[in-house]
Amino acid sequence: MKIGVLIKQVPGSEASLRILPDHSWIDESTLEFEMNESDSYALEEALQIVEREGDGEVVAISMGPEPRTTKVLREALAKGAHRAIHIVESPPYEIDPLLVGHIIKNAIAEEHFDLLFSGLQSNDLSQGQTGLVVGELLGMNTATLVMATEMQDDHIRVKRELEGRWFQWVTIPLPAVLTIQSGINQPRYPSLKGIMGAKKKEIRIVPKETVLPEVEKTQSFGSIYIPQKEKKTVMIEGDATTVVQKLVDVFKHEIKIL
Amino acid sequence: MDILVFLENQQGTLHRISREAVVAAQEFAREPGLSVAAFWLGTLPPGVAEELNALGVAEWIQVSSPVLNDYSADGYTAAFCELIRQEQPRYIFMGHSYRVRDFVPRVSTRLNRPFISDVIHFAWKEQGPVFTKQIFNAKMVTDMQAQGDGPVLVSFQAAAFSEEKLAAGSPAAREMTLDLPADIVRSRAEEPFQEETGGVDLTAADLIVSIGRGIGKKENIPLAQALADKMGAELGSSRPLVDAGWMPPQRQVGSSGQSVAPKLYFALGISGAIQHVIGMKGSKNVVAINKDPEAPIFEIADYGVVGDILELIPLLTEALPG
Ligand SMILES: Cc1cc2nc3c(=O)[nH]c(=O)nc-3n(C[C@H](O)[C@H](O)[C@H](O)COP(=O)(O)OP(=O)(O)OC[C@H]3O[C@@H](n4cnc5c(N)ncnc54)[C@H](O)[C@@H]3O)c2cc1C
Repeated sequence: MKIGVLIKQVPGSEASLRILPDHSWIDESTLEFEMNESDSYALEEALQIVEREGDGEVVAISMGPEPRTTKVLREALAKGAHRAIHIVESPPYEIDPLLVGHIIKNAIAEEHFDLLFSGLQSNDLSQGQTGLVVGELLGMNTATLVMATEMQDDHIRVKRELEGRWFQWVTIPLPAVLTIQSGINQPRYPSLKGIMGAKKKEIRIVPKETVLPEVEKTQSFGSIYIPQKEKKTVMIEGDATTVVQKLVDVFKHEIKIL
Repeated sequence: MDILVFLENQQGTLHRISREAVVAAQEFAREPGLSVAAFWLGTLPPGVAEELNALGVAEWIQVSSPVLNDYSADGYTAAFCELIRQEQPRYIFMGHSYRVRDFVPRVSTRLNRPFISDVIHFAWKEQGPVFTKQIFNAKMVTDMQAQGDGPVLVSFQAAAFSEEKLAAGSPAAREMTLDLPADIVRSRAEEPFQEETGGVDLTAADLIVSIGRGIGKKENIPLAQALADKMGAELGSSRPLVDAGWMPPQRQVGSSGQSVAPKLYFALGISGAIQHVIGMKGSKNVVAINKDPEAPIFEIADYGVVGDILELIPLLTEALPG
């Protein structure tokens, strides 16, 4: 069983983001990046499948600049991925999911993965398309919003999340692409031994220029900006004691629940 | 037809998000004077035809094929591609539903045309339409534009357009049969099911104290529970706490959890992601505490406090009478 996991580096959820003066992107110079949340669930699921099956290989794949991409790939290796592929990209980043998909496909086609996982969306652009695009380009079967997996010879049975708290089991033949929903498992922390071992594992470097596709860009954006606030929220201000007293007043006199 | 709207079958009814997509199409078409049609894939459940016959569009198409009677990503992908090939629309509009997430990226790939997803707003500019999309967890937005010639796939975020604005009409109805080979469907789906709710019914609660990732660690949850107890409120939460195993799934509020409409929704350390907001925007009053003044939750809160919940929760619990 050979499983590839697509991993993106995104700003940490607590990061305070600033827009560049020309509004072309956010200022990345002081930002900490981390493994995209649902991608870390995807990685964990791949590791668990290989452990359950008793053999196989997990390959972590990420496209992005130094040093943050190496950082998340090293983290994946420390958690147990066997090797990694780094598609090296420097700004401006490609944001068209079709182009990104073609680039990744070109970089990994020769791997012939049985399974290719990604998180269901990234917490930066949240387009939720890359995994499926790569899968479609490679002629793989697909399933999204996966909340459980079960290997069955040359098929995989997956529990898909539907809307309104419904679920459904779906079985698809390999090779297949799955997009993984958060909460499917409890991602592990890397062990000290894992961290030490990761340094010796291979990261194959693929410069983006060497895998550029022949297709044209299909979508793009101009500038990014802070949305206009529409709702008038009454902000309660003051020191902690004052705020608490005002909240009690609001509960009592405005919302009338006390 | 310039715009085709995908009418989604949600367990035998027309999905609300599709009605919203029709509203988006009606508004998008107005200024440049574009024509709008809509389509339904597969057999029509009872009652749906009447609703489609009253939609304010030029026509609606029922697309039939044996592979479309049950949903599959393979069948829907093939049907979309064939329909687009035959009808040559400029835009295909739809709601950003789970199903659309599941197969439209494949349509986009097969056609090599853009899928602009989860759009909240559009505007006609000199160079053509731009589609506004939230990025970085709704902290920012950007305007997406399609490049090149050919159809553009656009999905709209739930509740970005109000179904109350849906214009009625008397469209023509047309049937279209697609010749799709049965073996294109490579997946085998079992019956959908729901999981036990364990007797908790947040939907009946008058007051909900709801916690998010801002609670920091599992050990802090009793603080929020004490506040909820003092207020006589149920404790709810955002998804990450359920994912982490800190809170039981039946207490999750949002698109993949409960939809609630209490008298007070007290959001503590919740950023206000759309998937959460979908589940609580019907609340009569929303009060939010968040340490980040830019948190999107303040976009829907009636009252807001910028502050540290770990400091404020115990103080508030103490200050409340009773
Ligand atoms: C298909 C799909 C379905 C989903 N379904 C759901 C769903 O049903 N329900 C749901 O909730 N989410 C759902 N999500 C996830 C959703 O997108 C968000 O990731 C999630 O709601 C974020 O939860 P949060 O606000 O608790 O965490 P975060 O977004 O991490 O926000 C934490 C907030 O706490 C604040 N904070 C941190 N520390 C403190 C402190 N000490 N005091 C005060 N404030 C503090 C931070 O400023 C931040 O705003 C879904 C996502 C997808 C893609």
